[in-house]
Amino acid sequence: MIVEENLLKMYVDGSRYLMLFFMGMYTYLNFRYFGVDEEGKRRICGRQLRYMFLLHLLAYSILLLHTRDVKIAMLYGAEVVFFVCYIFLYRILYRHVSRILVNNMCMLLCVGFIILTRLDFDRAVRQFIIVAAAALVTWIIPVIIDKALFLERIPWVYGITGILLLAVVCAAGNTSFGAQLSLTIHGVSIQPSEFVKILFVFFIATMFNQSSDKKQVVITTAAAAVHVLILVLSRDLGSALIFFVTYLFMLYVATSDWKLCGLGAVCGCGAAMVAYKLFAHVRQRVFAWRDPWADIDNTGYQITQSLFAIGTGSWFGLGLYEGMPKKIPVVEKDFVFAAISEEMGALFALCLLLICLGCFLQFVMIAGQMLAPFYKLTAFGLSVMYITQVFLTVGGVTKFIPSTGVTLPLVSYGGSSILSTFILFGVIQGLYIVIRKEEEAAWEEMDPPPFEEDCHESI
Amino acid sequence: MNLFERLFHRKKSRLEEAERANRDMMRLTYLVVFAFVGLIAYEGWFLAVKREDTINNSYNARLDSFAEHVVRGKILSSDGTVLAETLVDENGNETRNYPQGTLFSNVVGYSTMGKTGLEELAHFYLLTSHINLIEQCFRQLIGEKNPGDSVVTTLDMELQKAAYDGLGDRKGAVIAMEPDTGKVLVMVSKPGFNPNTLVQDWDELTAEGNTSALLLNRATQGLYPPGSIFKTLMVLEYMRENPNTWEDFQFDCDGAYEDGEYTIRCYHGNAHGSQTLIQAYANSCNGAFAVLGKELDRKRLKAAAEELLFNKDLPLSIAYNPSTYVMDSDADLWEVLQTSIGQGRTQITPMHFTLLTAAIANGGTLMNPYFLDRVENVGGDQIRKFMPSAYGNLLPADEAAFLTGMMRQVVEIGTGSALRTDAYTAAGKTGSAEFESGKETHAWFTGFAPAENPRLVVTVLVEEGGSGGGAAAPIARNIFDIYFAR
Repeated sequence: MIVEENLLKMYVDGSRYLMLFFMGMYTYLNFRYFGVDEEGKRRICGRQLRYMFLLHLLAYSILLLHTRDVKIAMLYGAEVVFFVCYIFLYRILYRHVSRILVNNMCMLLCVGFIILTRLDFDRAVRQFIIVAAAALVTWIIPVIIDKALFLERIPWVYGITGILLLAVVCAAGNTSFGAQLSLTIHGVSIQPSEFVKILFVFFIATMFNQSSDKKQVVITTAAAAVHVLILVLSRDLGSALIFFVTYLFMLYVATSDWKLCGLGAVCGCGAAMVAYKLFAHVRQRVFAWRDPWADIDNTGYQITQSLFAIGTGSWFGLGLYEGMPKKIPVVEKDFVFAAISEEMGALFALCLLLICLGCFLQFVMIAGQMLAPFYKLTAFGLSVMYITQVFLTVGGVTKFIPSTGVTLPLVSYGGSSILSTFILFGVIQGLYIVIRKEEEAAWEEMDPPPFEEDCHESI
Repeated sequence: MNLFERLFHRKKSRLEEAERANRDMMRLTYLVVFAFVGLIAYEGWFLAVKREDTINNSYNARLDSFAEHVVRGKILSSDGTVLAETLVDENGNETRNYPQGTLFSNVVGYSTMGKTGLEELAHFYLLTSHINLIEQCFRQLIGEKNPGDSVVTTLDMELQKAAYDGLGDRKGAVIAMEPDTGKVLVMVSKPGFNPNTLVQDWDELTAEGNTSALLLNRATQGLYPPGSIFKTLMVLEYMRENPNTWEDFQFDCDGAYEDGEYTIRCYHGNAHGSQTLIQAYANSCNGAFAVLGKELDRKRLKAAAEELLFNKDLPLSIAYNPSTYVMDSDADLWEVLQTSIGQGRTQITPMHFTLLTAAIANGGTLMNPYFLDRVENVGGDQIRKFMPSAYGNLLPADEAAFLTGMMRQVVEIGTGSALRTDAYTAAGKTGSAEFESGKETHAWFTGFAPAENPRLVVTVLVEEGGSGGGAAAPIARNIFDIYFAR
């Protein structure tokens, strides 16, 4: 009996390194992808999936051996079925889908499922249902992007809807951790700012697509400032910052005027100083960042527990179920990165970060291939929105920057965050498919066609 | 015109525009990648450099789970004598054993009923095992724990014993520290507790009516009126405010100085006669300092005290109490007179005096005091070595030299005569602090030797010991004698 237990311990211990190896290989391939031809890319995507499924299997075998709960095995089975369906149905429905983006989504979801199951099985199940539903709903998005030409003509629909939604939350939202974030409708809590993010990018892109002259810039800036201000009033500092950075980056790409953006950045810093002077909750965040040890029982508690988790886990992690991630408040949401780092190791967590960065680089490449300014700006805006959020959450958890309380997309628990990230990836996929079709059309117009078969995609 | 040219013409302006946008996007992408490189580098730095100090914290509950895999390591004195070890019987039951009993009780602390002292400070190292990987795997397989690392402290067995015996049955504290490194060699607090029976004695030790305070480390947590040692700070401030005329200070002492309704007496009513500043300091003449204190700028005096870490955190890694200095510019006469001679509401720990004396001895620079010299694995291989580090300058070098000269005079012509010897040149200050009328005064001494090249600072406090020169200084003398005889 004792030997059996010790063997299990050794298995958990050893599998840490194996999981890190799978994760590391996956991450390596994610960057190797940039340097190979079409055929190589397809092979890389196939290998990535092998590593992902091995990691998934290994992690769930530990979860199962530890809990001896057959429900874990059922959840695992459901997840495998979901991944297989999602990956292959996407390919069947959209011939030109970016496989590496689908892979990365699945990998991020996979790590999220593993850590959520370890932290809280019921939440993991809920997360899984949300993911499956979100996947189903967002399948349609690439079609919309392709067909719905009115999308680039309705800036004020995006702008006014976004502002109204944010205003409603600000006025009537539920308060959690000092911030008004969510609305409860029929017992379902939703976080509208997650969806307004996407509307916001569409709004800015449509505005600048119409024109980037002085008047338009002033109007757009004013509307963007209203978004950010409402978010600050709702105390949703993380989202406010994300919106602000996204706007600035899009402004630069639209106008190519670094002086204007510099001015914007200076104004932003000035506004941050004013907010720091005006709002106690802003000051508190900054104090908790500068010296969390001074108030370790109270304002510094979360960040110090996070640092304990990351530090105690060290490079290779303590192993699943060997740490105490639940000591960190809101660990399933904003601080999920610390839990991953504690039990699966900082190297594993950094790989996860690199995968997120890889997603961003893919997004930007797709934006770079777009010719239509509206598409280009949209793709780039969404990329910035995504990566800023990743940076804020991981930077906050590791005390690199003050904690702003945002989620790690696709990994953290939370329905609104999951759905909005699925939409974001869906839009980018749609744009990618548009490029692929254009390219293909260009090839076909030429005589003779260079290849008999589809040159980009095959199963 | 072929297709490519047609496409090209149609899209030429759009292409140029798109290329321009792509260049801008590229720049911003570099910015993002740069930010992520920063984030990853920061995380690497945290794990490589800051990790151990961060997680070795009593708020980190994760460390306790290390004990499931590791047998808590040993705490050793600088010569390798075991101060704390964990004994494991054949059934795997662990007991923490302290072979030196009460001799080191307060500084070594305990790890069973919560954690204090060095047991708390070294918690992480004691529960980390650096034996080789193969052995670790084998032990894990047969279900045996790994032996934790040992910490070798800076504490000196022989000096600690001398200090402990010197105090005898009296309550008090003794600290010895190297001023140029910050190594703490001695830390005695009496009365101590028996760490081997702590669990059994716990209820009695922590009972509400128990006033013996055995668990209190008097060296770092005991707050006492500073008595005449505070005159060092008064002299410093007087010299600062009267840089050219302080040598002209003159006071005629008849044993009791009267100001209105108040009287300040010298120790046992001794009349010191005509006193210069140096003599008044050396003889610890209360009347002279009462007069001097009235002249000083109270705002500046408070600022000077706070520069010397009153009302401030000390650079100390074990539990302590910060010293307090409360006199403001609106203080009444009685408070001014009292504060000037180290009475009143000022309170200080023996450790704080040790740090101030060490800074004076070290040319004004305070070294961070430390207790852990190195960490070794069970085979004796060094895992980590702790190095001296400077806290910063508490006072300029010339003022430190000035105060050294003053403290030399205390030994040469004043109350510190117990340290007069040809073997080394000691410098110091005595104090006899009243704390309750009708009781003997607390006896203080703090000093260092040799004055020309200080190597050791010693602070002694004997509760209700009488005069500092009579009760405290001889204990310090004994420690210096042993140290310099080596």
